[in-house]
Amino acid sequence: MSGTTPHITPYKTLGIILLILLVFTFITVEITSIHLGALTVTVALLIAGFKGYLVLTYFMHLKHESTLLKILVAMVFVLFALIVVITFIDYAFR
Amino acid sequence: MSNQVNHAHVHRDDEAQKLGMWLFIFTELLLFGGLFLVYSIFRVQYSANFHESSLELSVTFGVINTVVLLISSMSVAFALTAVQKGNYKFAMQMILLTVILAGVFMVNKYFEWGGKFHHGLYPGSDLMEFLDNGHHLFFGLYFFMTGLHGLHIIIGVILLLISYVKIKRGKIQSDNFMHLENAALYWHLVDLIWIFLFPLLYLIS
Repeated sequence: MSGTTPHITPYKTLGIILLILLVFTFITVEITSIHLGALTVTVALLIAGFKGYLVLTYFMHLKHESTLLKILVAMVFVLFALIVVITFIDYAFR
Repeated sequence: MSNQVNHAHVHRDDEAQKLGMWLFIFTELLLFGGLFLVYSIFRVQYSANFHESSLELSVTFGVINTVVLLISSMSVAFALTAVQKGNYKFAMQMILLTVILAGVFMVNKYFEWGGKFHHGLYPGSDLMEFLDNGHHLFFGLYFFMTGLHGLHIIIGVILLLISYVKIKRGKIQSDNFMHLENAALYWHLVDLIWIFLFPLLYLIS
């Protein structure tokens, strides 16, 4: 944060984000009830990822945080993705 | 920085407090991340068992709890906005609403877990002796992950109630709200974890 006054997220923005999150929750439920095989998992996780992004950006105010913090948060997810990929490679080729 | 000029007499560093909270949140994310990884590996290895087991979970309970947590996440964000605008009464009402919603979540969880125990679907039960390893693993992970998440809900409620008292006593004000901001961050983390737990445990089968 650069200024002395923190950014105040308006009630309206928070309400809209909640609505989007609820809509995507019901979309996930509907989509996973149709059996699409491996695609179901991918779609469900993509939607969960998008919902997580909204929570981090708006509810947790990352949108108005310093670049340093944004990079740090991104790095945690990159680190986790790497751990997942390396572990699965290990299981696939042993 | 201009911040220090304006508050030269206050021994306080909001940025550092917030960064500290975020660093703690990173450790929490990796803690649950590790559990998600364990779940994923066993899901691949015992896909048939995991499929059958996850059908035992009630999607209705899961959806209700997801909606409850999402609304509570917004209400706690409302509380922070209200404090920043100086509307303390509304902020306290929003914190109470969040705590009540957390209560609803836990009561739901109580009935859900109770149902599983009633049907003998818990690690070490007599029924489990007759089931495959995959079922053991699924319910072991289900109870551990939702249990650990439930513990976070309880801690979050305690932090929010402390914020409530601090607002009431005037310790949290529109120019000094880091305690509430960090408590709210913790609460959003609880919501964030559930966003991934819900589809993984209840939906993908």
